[in-house]
Amino acid sequence: MTSFEFRREFFADERQGQLNEIGKPTIRQDILGHVTGRSPYYDDHLFDGLLHMRCVRSPHHHARIVSVDFSEAARMEGVRRVVGPDDVPKNLNTLLSLIGFGKEDEPLLTPSKVAYRGEPILAIVAESERQARAAVQAVRVEWEELPHVLDVEEALKPNAPVVNATYPGNTFEYYDKYDHQKLRFGDVEQGFAKADQIVEGSYRMSPIEQAPMETCGAIAVPETNDRIACYTSTQALFFSLATTAKLLDMSSARLHFVGGTVGGGFGGKVDSIVEPMSVLGALLTGAPVKFMWDREEEMQVGAPRGAELWKIKDGIDSRGRIVARSFTGYFDSGAYTRLSSYAVVKATGHLPGPYSIPNVASNVFCVFTNRTPATAMRGFGITGVDFAIECQMDRGARATNMNPIDFRILNAYRDGDMKAHRRLAKNTALIECCQVVADKARWIIGSQSRTQSSLRGGGGEKAHVPATVIDEEGRIGDRRRSDVPTAPHSAGGRKRRLPEGSLRGEDVVAAPPQNPDMLGDAPASDPAASPENGRTLARPRFGPPAEVQVDRPRPRRPQARERPAIPAAPARPSTRRPLRRRTSVSRHVSGFRRR
Amino acid sequence: MAKTPIAFSLNGMERSMFVDPGQNLLDALRRGVGDLSPKYGCAQGTCGTCSVLVDGKLQLACITLAEAVAGSSVTTTAGLADGSELHPLQRSFMDNFAAQCGYCTPGMLMAAKALLDRNPSPQRQDVVEAISGNLCRCTGYEPIIDAILKAAAFMRTRGRP
Amino acid sequence: MIKVDTYRAVAEAEASMDGQSRYMGGGTLVMRDLNYGSYGFERLVRCTDPRLNSVRRDRGRIVIGAGLTMAECAENRDLAFLAAPAMGVGGPAVRNMATVGGNLFAPPPFGDFATAMLALDARVRTAGGEELGIEALLASRRTFRRIVTEIEFLPPPRGGFRFRKVSRVKPKGVSVLSICALLPQSGGRIRGARIAFNGMGATPLRATGSEAALEGRPLDRNGIAPALDAALQGLSPADDELATSWYRRTVAPVYLRRMLLERSHAY
Repeated sequence: MTSFEFRREFFADERQGQLNEIGKPTIRQDILGHVTGRSPYYDDHLFDGLLHMRCVRSPHHHARIVSVDFSEAARMEGVRRVVGPDDVPKNLNTLLSLIGFGKEDEPLLTPSKVAYRGEPILAIVAESERQARAAVQAVRVEWEELPHVLDVEEALKPNAPVVNATYPGNTFEYYDKYDHQKLRFGDVEQGFAKADQIVEGSYRMSPIEQAPMETCGAIAVPETNDRIACYTSTQALFFSLATTAKLLDMSSARLHFVGGTVGGGFGGKVDSIVEPMSVLGALLTGAPVKFMWDREEEMQVGAPRGAELWKIKDGIDSRGRIVARSFTGYFDSGAYTRLSSYAVVKATGHLPGPYSIPNVASNVFCVFTNRTPATAMRGFGITGVDFAIECQMDRGARATNMNPIDFRILNAYRDGDMKAHRRLAKNTALIECCQVVADKARWIIGSQSRTQSSLRGGGGEKAHVPATVIDEEGRIGDRRRSDVPTAPHSAGGRKRRLPEGSLRGEDVVAAPPQNPDMLGDAPASDPAASPENGRTLARPRFGPPAEVQVDRPRPRRPQARERPAIPAAPARPSTRRPLRRRTSVSRHVSGFRRR
Repeated sequence: MAKTPIAFSLNGMERSMFVDPGQNLLDALRRGVGDLSPKYGCAQGTCGTCSVLVDGKLQLACITLAEAVAGSSVTTTAGLADGSELHPLQRSFMDNFAAQCGYCTPGMLMAAKALLDRNPSPQRQDVVEAISGNLCRCTGYEPIIDAILKAAAFMRTRGRP
Repeated sequence: MIKVDTYRAVAEAEASMDGQSRYMGGGTLVMRDLNYGSYGFERLVRCTDPRLNSVRRDRGRIVIGAGLTMAECAENRDLAFLAAPAMGVGGPAVRNMATVGGNLFAPPPFGDFATAMLALDARVRTAGGEELGIEALLASRRTFRRIVTEIEFLPPPRGGFRFRKVSRVKPKGVSVLSICALLPQSGGRIRGARIAFNGMGATPLRATGSEAALEGRPLDRNGIAPALDAALQGLSPADDELATSWYRRTVAPVYLRRMLLERSHAY
């Protein structure tokens, strides 16, 4: 076992008694199945007469489909059905439409123009996998290659090829207004002007394939009562179920999803492609159909963690305090949105990292390129920017001739500090982590750093939202007309100054529930009538976990224009120290499931 | 399509079946016989999750021609336990947290068995080499190595249960 | 679709080969092509002749059967100098299957064992009794229709044979490139070196520039310097998923230097 230890001396007053589970070995409940080879992964269900589905895929990064001739394939031995774009009842979807975020932008089977290598345009269902493969090879497709763009900065140029017709500016659109996600806190330009020195860095992360041992796949089987059972490798059973119901325009009551035993996922099994494909195959053939990616497909078309590019500019004063920090971030979403729009929001909520910086600005772009669509992977939206921030911290330490751990402790946030997304920091522990890490690494830190605590020195002046400069640069479509600077500190145009203490510039609210039946226990007739126990009604949330619930106005019917607000519900800035009366085992209860 | 009849022993039981030309052993075991313990991971011999023993030697079922095992003795993870008594390797994998998602586990167990059958007293480096053809993506290699070493130690002192 | 024919006698198997046939040794390459449906053949030919796994000596030369597996090769005491390239192939399961003969036909990133055969200046014999040099075989291997039954070579002088596989994954990963060198010495000077690279072209290739530059030179830092400068002559590695051409060209002389200067080696 990996060794770990508890440092019970920290925050001892926040825990009651002993921990019951943490730190004690617990045998996994599914381990017996694992060691006997009996754990039921989706492919461990046998069906007589199982058919196999495989896709015809684009060999090009970007191309128009001129013609498709599958006449020979359709006549081949064992071929039961050729499935085309017209067979998909609602052949345009975006994953987060289930929570009302983003526009439909991705077909299940692409009818006219492919935007990444490996994009599926047709599927063959045959009696054996080999027959399906042979038939796929026999499909004749005439392609007209189009110019492609594989780099996020290139994709933002006025003359860049349009990757995704839904988003002609090659970016996801935030709040129907901007081609990027903005964060403004204080006045970075003034901060830079006051700084003793400026430190700039640029950080790039490659895409990372989750590469689960079990490739993505699903088997759909016609059941009695007009239902289809779907055995799937999904990490998100109900998400996949709802996506399938939506794409195939069928009641979710007709779908019976069986899953939960997943051969590794790491975020790569949430995109819900194999499920609608196999269910569609079963609907069209009336037989059990398996749609399974082989290893090559898993690597080529399986959505990875996307590439990221972060440019960070810091202003640092003579004492080593970071007084202003500006971010320009680019998430390479690949050809379609999938979950990258959300990664951007998540990343923005994370800025400027665990540091108290009085002036922060960021522009983060979700950029479409002709690469494999990106999706979730282990802390996506956070891990990449943390890498960039911590590299930048080392760079800042070098620039100021400081010990990198002292530099971090000096700038670390403390309980009660106002974060850039207008939340009070609480349960912070960076200082203590730094102290322990320094000990473990036998790294000598200053006596000042040694005596610091996350519980002291926060709040007060630092609990306030500073006067904040806001701008309106980067409106949707602007970048098509001319080069617009991407960095927030280069923003031109009209600016306004919000007075100190203002929570935010404009009022945007979280998306209301799509359907009345998503409103929990509230009466369907009037969902807003009786919020129970003073709690607000259950509503889909998006973004950093709301530590503070705020009473909301009466939920309205969903309106297309509404998008979730990030930063989420603001807390009124408070100079009062946050209560530390948590009795749970973890100081970092996020209430949010990490993929 | 002309099928080929083959007979072989699987986990000590005689089996006979028809295989398709070019069919791999993994598919024959899973779909033909119903032994689902070897898993599909890559179908190109690079991940090891379909590892089985053929006449005592570790092989990858996905790149073994099914008809080539005619007359051979095949062992899979499904045949590792002695009745309801788990093999010490299985017990050790359980006790030492050597599985997370469990998908690589059957292959790891077979690779470990192949090692211990030949070398009851492996050094850590021997274990690393023995499982070097088996990928684990939950990155649990350390507990797996520990589990194999502990199983070996157990088997040296007590033999098979 | 596909047809499989199994023969007892290798001569019969060879006689049956035609343009639509592919011979299967250990199956590690052929089966993956079959599994992925990308095969340009309709007929698979196998042979169960146990003599294909033999190892013998013939007038000072070593003769190994093409069906010898990498595991058998690695365990054979007479072939101790080949243990490193044999162990460099795959994991234990692949080594129980992959054969010496099959490796001669394995495209990069596979085929590191063939690199050793090239460094040893091996000759191959086919079922029909034809004999040809390793370089001629490698050059024609894409369209080669005969069945290799034996490979023979002179054992290298003690201490005069080195192999190095370059991989980015530890302890074991796919080969970015490999280097094998036969380094006969006389009076502390290299005489008749053969250096072979895999991964630096479509087949294992000799670094003839380095070989010539080593002639008559000692294996020390100064002695090998011209050989390092000449290492890339005639080699043009490709960009692929594992590494760029630039990367391979950059690291190949570095690994060559380390290999030539290494003090202890298994053999």
